[in-house]
Amino acid sequence: MDRNYNLSKRRYVIGTVVLCVVILFVVRLFVLQVMTDEYKQNADSNAFLRKIQYPSRGIIYDRTDKLLVYNQPAYDITVITKEITSLDTADLCRTLKITPEFLRKKFRDMKDKRLNPGYSPYTNQVLLTQLSAEDCGVLQEKLFKFPGFYIQRRTIRQYNYNVGAHILGDIAEVSKGDMELDEYYQPGDFIGKLGVERSYEKQLRGEKGVEILLRDAHGRIQGNYMDGKYDKAPIPGKNITLSLDIELQQLGERLLEGKIGSIVAIEPSTGEVLCLVSSPSYDPHLMVGRERGKNHLAMSRNPWKPLLNRAIMGTYPPGSTFKTTQALTFLQEGIIVPGTMYSCSHGFSFRGLHVGCHGHPSPLPLIPAIATSCNGYFCWGLYHMIGARQKYGSVQKAMNTWRDYMVSMGFGYSLGIDLPGEKRGMIPNAKFYDKAYRGSWNGLTIISISIGQGEVTATPLQMANLGATIANRGYFITPHVVKKVEGEQLDSLYLKKRYTLVEKSHYEEVAQGMRMAVLGGTCRAANLPDIEICGKTGTAQNHGKDHSAFMGFAPYHNPQIAVAVYVENGGWGATYGVPIGKLMIEKYLKGKLSPEDEVLATDIQNRRIDYGLEER
Amino acid sequence: MKFWQRIFKTEESIMGSRKDSLWKTLDWWTIGLYLVLVVCGWFSICGASYDYGDPNFFDFGTRAGKQLMWIGCSLGLGFVLLMLEDRIYDTYAYLIFGVMLLLLFGTIFNPHEIKGSRSWIVLGPVSLQPAEFAKFATALALAKYMSEYSYNMERFKHMVITLAIIFVPMILIVCQKETGSALVYLSFFLVLYREGMTGSILFAGVCAVIYFIIGIRFSAEMMPDGMTLWGEFAVLGLVVIFTALLVEAYGKVGNRASLYIGVCGCGTILLGLLFSLYVIPFNVGILEIVVCSVMGIYLIYLFLHERIRNYLYILFFSICSIGFLFSADYVFNNVLEPHQQIRIKVLLGMEDDPTGAGYNVNQSKIAIGSGGLTGKGFLNGTQTKLKYVPEQDTDFIFCTVGEEQGFVGSVIVVLLFAILIWRLIHLAERQTSRFGRVYGYSVLSIFFFHLFVNIGMVLGLTPVIGIPLPFFSYGGSSLWGFTILLFVFLRIDAARER
Repeated sequence: MDRNYNLSKRRYVIGTVVLCVVILFVVRLFVLQVMTDEYKQNADSNAFLRKIQYPSRGIIYDRTDKLLVYNQPAYDITVITKEITSLDTADLCRTLKITPEFLRKKFRDMKDKRLNPGYSPYTNQVLLTQLSAEDCGVLQEKLFKFPGFYIQRRTIRQYNYNVGAHILGDIAEVSKGDMELDEYYQPGDFIGKLGVERSYEKQLRGEKGVEILLRDAHGRIQGNYMDGKYDKAPIPGKNITLSLDIELQQLGERLLEGKIGSIVAIEPSTGEVLCLVSSPSYDPHLMVGRERGKNHLAMSRNPWKPLLNRAIMGTYPPGSTFKTTQALTFLQEGIIVPGTMYSCSHGFSFRGLHVGCHGHPSPLPLIPAIATSCNGYFCWGLYHMIGARQKYGSVQKAMNTWRDYMVSMGFGYSLGIDLPGEKRGMIPNAKFYDKAYRGSWNGLTIISISIGQGEVTATPLQMANLGATIANRGYFITPHVVKKVEGEQLDSLYLKKRYTLVEKSHYEEVAQGMRMAVLGGTCRAANLPDIEICGKTGTAQNHGKDHSAFMGFAPYHNPQIAVAVYVENGGWGATYGVPIGKLMIEKYLKGKLSPEDEVLATDIQNRRIDYGLEER
Repeated sequence: MKFWQRIFKTEESIMGSRKDSLWKTLDWWTIGLYLVLVVCGWFSICGASYDYGDPNFFDFGTRAGKQLMWIGCSLGLGFVLLMLEDRIYDTYAYLIFGVMLLLLFGTIFNPHEIKGSRSWIVLGPVSLQPAEFAKFATALALAKYMSEYSYNMERFKHMVITLAIIFVPMILIVCQKETGSALVYLSFFLVLYREGMTGSILFAGVCAVIYFIIGIRFSAEMMPDGMTLWGEFAVLGLVVIFTALLVEAYGKVGNRASLYIGVCGCGTILLGLLFSLYVIPFNVGILEIVVCSVMGIYLIYLFLHERIRNYLYILFFSICSIGFLFSADYVFNNVLEPHQQIRIKVLLGMEDDPTGAGYNVNQSKIAIGSGGLTGKGFLNGTQTKLKYVPEQDTDFIFCTVGEEQGFVGSVIVVLLFAILIWRLIHLAERQTSRFGRVYGYSVLSIFFFHLFVNIGMVLGLTPVIGIPLPFFSYGGSSLWGFTILLFVFLRIDAARER
């Protein structure tokens, strides 16, 4: 009981602690509010006005230091509602060439606390953004007529070329969500929305500065606080050099005119993306200035989806280009040796299943099989691999081993390119088939994956990366479009070699097969007298007309460029894929096209594929 | 017919008498204080969110209007809580706690981030912060556990479970990146203190804060001899003095050990300091460590000689203190986030940065200071209107009180809170059950912590920790959370006689 009594005395200790805190607060309040006048003066005459100073955004160059994106002055109109004494709306609208409804809506949005939480009638609020110098010049002259309105200079993006929109991306005003995610942004700020502008936003944007001004109770500016001691100069954004070759990009976009498809070229030794064409594309100039919203909406409604970057977001059956991965896997797993012959009598026929093929000698070993793109050879290979119960124990284990090889070559997962929105494609595993076929399946059920059909899909970037891997004879560096950020190290992801599960010697066999394909196989049209091109065609079946694909690299020894071409509904691989691939390689390695290839390029440019009007 | 009437009548009279007794035993003083605070809070929000021009406080689109709606809901909620049976809190304490833990855990994976925090659950137009209600659940669970018949705080197992009840929700809230709300859980230690936890733990906590502040504040400053670091010197000196005081308080009565430690320890250090200053400069910190080691050996000797365990505890305290000094730097530089480091540095006056981290506090001091003795009057504050003070209707709401109501108004508000807390101490002490008492102390400790940290922050006394001021800060979740805490206690208090 004594103890309890003692404990209940602790109430006085706690009560006293509360009392001490109260006394502390009262003393502090007394000091702040009654003893000194300093704070009162501060408030009455020395209120701070934090004026934001915008940094210039980083400039973007291509790999040959050609200027791609730069800044151009533009003007914002800001308003202090409290200072508006009289407003001739009609005159203002005429001056700015806007409708009174639009102006009223802008005013409503500005005052809406949900859209603009920082609204106050006493501070400068952004009313209209990105006016051109001409529009603003007229207003400038009449500004005295509109008290409370101010003009603020800032910069907008400008583009030197009308290609590469998907990679360059664009900037736009921050949304409410952006502001919630990052406190750096304030209403009216700009943020990268697509492409490099978005993925390198932090580097490009720089850091806003601030000027601390003093103003009196009437809002008049009295000068800089402490003579600018606490002002912070804005830090300009960092300049970025892309790995893109803008001329190659131009040629690519030209060749795909009127067609839906992609071209991706990579420098194998560095993983640098040389061009990333997605067609249909759009002119980056459309995404600048006050027309951006309208243009963006129109494009997002276009059934051909020009905003979609098909090079990294389109997932397609890779078709026969995928056979190279099969050859590598079978060689490494010892399913075949280069001399293994399989017969192919116009295709693969076994237990009632038939996969067609075209005419060529039979039976044949690996290298001619690649060169002639024999379906039967790879069907047999896969059938033997999946069926090798003694080696793997079960169909499931064999399947997952196969999956591991594909993943090591960059398929099935997104590669990690420095652009937003990359898709991963699809590489099935045993679980997938167990579910699809309720556990009863074998090599024959899934035979079409060996020729890049069926469940397998990949992005054009992954196909180009496959070319780079073969060019490197066994490894790749994660593809990236940014070569250099001023004053910064590149992410180590873009410097590291990623080895596949296949040995170098097997890659030599496949490269030889691809060389043969150009010399006397399916890619004969890609043959150039002075460049040793290696290639593999693809003709991917789908509901409509076949897709035309090509994957290759050049030169055979010490390769400089790997390229993948994919043209939706283009027919045979040799129809579009091969000539486009050849032109891209020639352009990059020689710097220009020969006169007869210039004619070929114009011919391809003018060809159109009829896609109808349905949504794609 | 008569039969039914009789039954009905009896039932009515029973109901009537129960209700009567509830209304009689209810503590109307507390309810009165609550109402006054809520009304004051609403006027402050009007002031903070008001722009000259259209004072339309009853429009539900404005913050004042919304807060009015939430106050209405709170009153209804309070009434419902009073109507409920008081035993349900005892019975369902663990259930409520468990559900709340699940909710907190789920919120960690909340994809909606609002300003870097995941603590909000968005249900259509309403956003709720489970952390605000978790305090109530934790208080209930703590009260329930500590009121069990066999509960004994000195038993290791019981203490561990008690601490788990406090720390599990705290950790979950830290995972939601709401460090401020999590710190509130430290206030439960005041409850444990009341229930018999030795005061030395609170003492150790206070020491840790002192060491931390001194150690960090002066960590890089040299003494005039050019060899000794101020922070290290001061903290090690304090360790010697605290040890001497502890030996005095907990050692054998009539023993002169404390005197020896105090005089010899401090004497040696002072002599060393003079020597270093005027003869040969050397690092006095090393001498102090030697002194501490000797002191440690002396404590072991005392323990062996007197056979009193307290000496060992004191030794443990000293060793931990020294260890803390050397780890504080590490914690500060490596564990704390950069923005937290800057806030602490600004608070300690190590960095003067009126535009960055110090901006909020500097502006709030200007706003409060400009209020003067009697303030500028309702809706006449200029600093808050011009949006100089960020978060002025949530965490920095007290600025508006300071600016518009002046010294007089601010002191009245502080006193109202203090009276509420003192009243709650009184109520908690008159509980007949331990359950009621522990819960009551939990409630008042939480209020006290919020009051201390929030107003301390606005006045520039404590670091900027984003927790609301009860009944004042804008926001439905926090108002409801505090209302539930308080009214559940009032309901338990009203039933104390049974």
